[in-house]
Order: sequence, then C-alpha cells, then structure tokens
Amino acid sequence: MTDAPPDAAPASLGPAPVEVRGLVKRYGELEAVAGVDLTVHAGDVYGYLGPNGAGKTTSLRMMLGLIRPTEGTVRLFGRDPLESVQALDDVAGFVEAPTFYPYLNGRRNLELLGSFDGGDARERIEQALETVELSDRAKDKVGGYSHGMRQRLGIAGALLRNPKLLLLDEPATGLDPAGMRDMRLLIRRLAEQGMTVMLSSHLLAEVEELCNRVAIVRSGKIVYEGAIADLKRSAGATYWLTTTNDERALAVCRAQPGIEGVRTAHGRIAFTADDAAVAELSQALIEARALIQMLTPQTVTLEDLFFSLTEGDGIVNGGRPAGEPATLEASR
Amino acid sequence: MSSGVGTLRAPAGAAPRSRSRPGVATVYRWELFKLRFQKRTYLGLGAAAVVPILFVVAVHFRHHRGEGGSDFAFASYLTKSGLVVPLVLLLFGAVWMFPLITALVAGDIFASEDHNGTLKTVLTRSLERWQIFAGKALAALTYAIVAIFISGTVAVIAGCIQSGFNSVQTLSGTIVSAPKGLELVYMSLLIYLIPIATVVCIGVLLSTITRNSAAAVVGTLMISLLFQLIGILPGLGATVPYLLSTQFNAWQGLLRQPIDWAPVVRAAWVCAMYGIPALVAAFLVFLRRDVAGG
Ligand SMILES: Nc1ncnc2c1ncn2[C@@H]1O[C@H](COP(=O)(O)OP(=O)(O)O)[C@@H](O)[C@H]1O
Ligand SMILES: [Mg+2]
Repeated sequence: MTDAPPDAAPASLGPAPVEVRGLVKRYGELEAVAGVDLTVHAGDVYGYLGPNGAGKTTSLRMMLGLIRPTEGTVRLFGRDPLESVQALDDVAGFVEAPTFYPYLNGRRNLELLGSFDGGDARERIEQALETVELSDRAKDKVGGYSHGMRQRLGIAGALLRNPKLLLLDEPATGLDPAGMRDMRLLIRRLAEQGMTVMLSSHLLAEVEELCNRVAIVRSGKIVYEGAIADLKRSAGATYWLTTTNDERALAVCRAQPGIEGVRTAHGRIAFTADDAAVAELSQALIEARALIQMLTPQTVTLEDLFFSLTEGDGIVNGGRPAGEPATLEASR
Repeated sequence: MSSGVGTLRAPAGAAPRSRSRPGVATVYRWELFKLRFQKRTYLGLGAAAVVPILFVVAVHFRHHRGEGGSDFAFASYLTKSGLVVPLVLLLFGAVWMFPLITALVAGDIFASEDHNGTLKTVLTRSLERWQIFAGKALAALTYAIVAIFISGTVAVIAGCIQSGFNSVQTLSGTIVSAPKGLELVYMSLLIYLIPIATVVCIGVLLSTITRNSAAAVVGTLMISLLFQLIGILPGLGATVPYLLSTQFNAWQGLLRQPIDWAPVVRAAWVCAMYGIPALVAAFLVFLRRDVAGG
C-alpha cells in the first residue's frame, strides 16, 4: 500500500470519468466481453489487465462509442458515448495501434484531427509534437513512420483534445525497450499533471509500475477490481526458502498461520504469504533452529494472479472480489 | 485540476471550455484536401480531360480522310461546330466512362477509411457520425461535378479549336447561335449531373456496405451497365423510361425547340427514386455500424 499512489479522488467532483455497468459484447456465439463492471475515479491511473483475447480492446471500443454493446451501459463523466460524441468532449485515446492517413504527413494528420476536435485544439499541435518528440519528423508522411512513431503520434493526437481522461489500449505493446520506457514515462508524466488514465495491458509489471488501481479481466469477465497494493497483498507473494534443516522448516511452515500453499520444489520450500506472515515465519524458524540460508520473494506473474484469483479459495479479499466469475473460470 | 499538458501554455484564467464545434463543412473541406493526395482523383479528372481531346483528334483525322461517320445522331454536325463535341461526349460517356469516373471516388470514399483503419481515429473526435457521412458524401459529389465540368469545358475548347465556335442545329432542326449553343451545352451538363448524383449515391452505398474500394467501384459500374442491359432486353421496353441509364439522355430535351422539359422532370424524380433510398441506406449503415477493425 505504501508505494502506491493514493487510491481514489473524492467523489464530489461530479460523475466518475468512467462508469461501466453490465457491459456485454457478443460476436455470434463468442462473448468477447461478458458482463464487465468497472469505475475509474478522477485521478486514477487505472490498469485494465488481461491476457490477449480477454476482451480489453472490445471493452475500450465500446467505451469510445465505436461499437455498440450487446448489453450494458458506458458513462464517461456521466454521458453516454452512443448518444452523442459530446460524451467524448473531455476524453481522448485510441484502441489498438493508432491509425492515420498514410499519405499525409504527421503535422497534417494532427491538423485534420485538431480541426475535427474544434475549439483551440489546433493551437496545441506544436506542443503535442514536442511532448512526444516528433517535431523533427512531423513533415514526413505517416506512411513511413515506425510503429513506435505512430504510437507517439497517437498520443499527440490525444493531447490535442486536452483531455481529462485518457483511454489507451496497450500503449507500450510492440515498442522496443527504450520506446516502452519512454511511453511509460510519458504516461506517468501525464498522470502527474492530473490526467485520469485508463490503460489496458497484458503485462502485470507494466500495470504495477504505472497504475494505482486495476481491473483484471479474463475471458471477458472481471476477476478482480481494486487497488494494486491490496491485490498483491491478498494474492500473496510466492517465496522460496532454504534452511539449515529443511525438514523441520517444512513442518514449521505448514504449522505457521498465514503461510499458504507450502510445497517443496527443486530442493527448496515454496510458499505464498504476505509480508507480515513472512516476518513471523522467520522468527518461528529461528526458534525451531532451522536457520534461513535463502529467502527470496518471487515476482508475481499475471499467471500466478489468475491462479490465485480463479482457483484459490477466497484469497481475494482486498478489493471487490468478482465472486461468480472466479468460480466459473475455475470450472472451465 | 484538469490541467493537461496542453493547458500549460494556455493563458491564465482561460475561458471555460466552450469548444467551437466542428461541422459538416470541416469534414467536407478535409475530404477535398485528402482527395488531392490520391491517385484516383487525378486518374478520374485526367480521364475526364483527356478523353474529349482524344475524341476531337480522332474526329479530325477521320474527317480529313473523308470518312465522315454518320452512324450517330450528331456525327454530321461534329465538324460544323465545336459545340457539338461536348454533347456527343455526354452521349457516349453515359455508357461507362462517366459512371466509372464518378464511382472511382464515390466507391472509395468510405472504403478507404476502412482500408486505412482511420474510422476509429476520426469517430473519436468531436464530430457525430452523420456529420462525417454528410461531409464525405458531399465531397464525392463535388468531385463528380468537377469531373463533368472539366470534361465538358475541355470538349468545348478542343471542339471549337477543331471545328470553330459556330451555331448549332437543334434536334428540332432549328439553328441556334453559338453563344446560345454554349448556354445549352452548360445547361445540358447541369442536367447530366442528376443521374451522375445518383451514381454517387450508389457508389457511396456500396462503399459503405462492402468496405472495399475495388468492390464498390466495380459494383457501381456493374449496376450502371445492368440498367443499360435491362433497357435492351426484349419485352422490357416498358421499363425504359424508368431506368437510370435513360436519365443520362434527359439533357436532350434542352436541344428541342421549344425546350422539352418532360425528360428532365422525369430524370429528377426517377433519379431521386434510386438515389435517395441508396443514400439513406448508406447513412443508416454508417450510423449503426460497429467500427471493430483498424
Ligand atoms: N469484430 C470481431 N468479430 C468477432 N470476434 C471478435 C471481434 N473483435 C474481437 N473479437 C474476439 O473477441 C475476443 C476479445 O478480443 P479483444 O477485445 O481484441 O481482446 P484483447 O484486446 O483483450 O486482446 C477475442 O476472442 C477476439 O477474437
Ligand atoms: Mg487488444
């Protein structure tokens, strides 16, 4: 909890930037999005986390009014994007890779978008180009841009709207490591300037690095929504342990409250636990004269989380557990 | 608290957010601008300009070899007045040239957005779908109008260089002066725009439905040819006045004295009968479609 940005902004600022209720999108038999509920509060950097094909892009398309939900509603600052594009007045973003007219140069593309935005959007073009470091390539045709440059031009296009809410679909995916780092720095900077950001990702590390809140989606269903810190605490980290007497240590672990999933693997003891339980455990091990030689936390992967969220029994208690979906998932 | 990157530069105490909203005119202007960057625009307008020149050159050589063709209505007049050239062009252009030139852009104007995946980009700005639709359809129509007038004007100029700016004989046999003839030529071009606008509507419909430029262009041409086919099928003679292809001849009413407005009036409502449903269908499809690609 300590390393995460403050959870949510006060609700007194009017309707939430994003309120999604019961969102469903069916393509024939396939339920691409199967009943998503989520709320993004002002000031959040909200991660929409899930593996490929989970329904992230489809959800974002519905939020932007590009496709019609089969069921459910989307509200952006209280307004319905299906009713009028005015719902997008304070919103910008893109789904999948941003697209432009390849035969126009970067600046012209932004001029077109700025004209389509109205207001003073066109006055922001030079600054937006600077922000994404594309000023010197702005007179080249977009057709010759790399994926990373298009991605940055997409952000520039979004900034023209001077949005309060930025919706980004896997903004760092497909970029080289330097591009990824720059993209994350940029998002963080925008968030620090007060923009509410919702970004989808299939990388836990990315969401962990950028976001304070997260919805985890799998097969079109939300399996967890809440603060990242709570999620990590509740899902528990996996540790590897070797001691001077593993046999005795194993017994201690099994008896110790808060230490779960104790097993041996590769000549080590493995278990999941939260920080407090680990501290207690180390004390217990000393008392049992099984002295710690190595105790290493393993990075939690998205897969670990899914495992604990969908197969574990009531492990999720920090955020709003998505009860039914979890059991449905487990029984697949 | 909503100070995005953009507002850092904005003057302190800037006015509350009241966007001056863009409209159909914004889309229209940008569509015309984008057309300037596309090969097909120049292909279409180029053909519209070059064909009358080739035509005049061909007539010139035939005439000088003494092969005066008498196989069509205006042939004998072709060498007497340059003003006949644009009229002959309208006659033959109706078969496939002008429908094709029109379809080249109308069939592409929505499909190209699918091709480039740019619909999601423009539909998430501050324009309603109907505004995007209207701006694009108007741009396709504008291009077609420009093509017809370029073609007609080049034909007048080339024809007059070849055969002179002389008086013309009307279909009723009377002679009208050259200036009056020129006026009739441009009025004919205007009337010609009625069926051309219908081709635009059909092109826009196919462009919206197929989301594929080639399919829409070819499809539009096919529909245009199909009308002509129906017209020559035995037993279907009664349908002829109500075929789209027939309306391409409505301008000939202007060349009678007194002017016969009946074919013009019929062209107006027959073309509306085809064009408006096509346009409305395209509009509804565009309004409701899922933008799931790109
Ligand atoms: N237009 C579409 N038609 C049919 N199926 C689709 C369409 N778009 C997405 N899907 C399917 O919906 C599921 C979710 O896709 P998507 O939202 O793109 O996932 P993600 O962005 O999380 O990778 C996938 O199984 C995908 O194949
Ligand atoms: Mg996706």
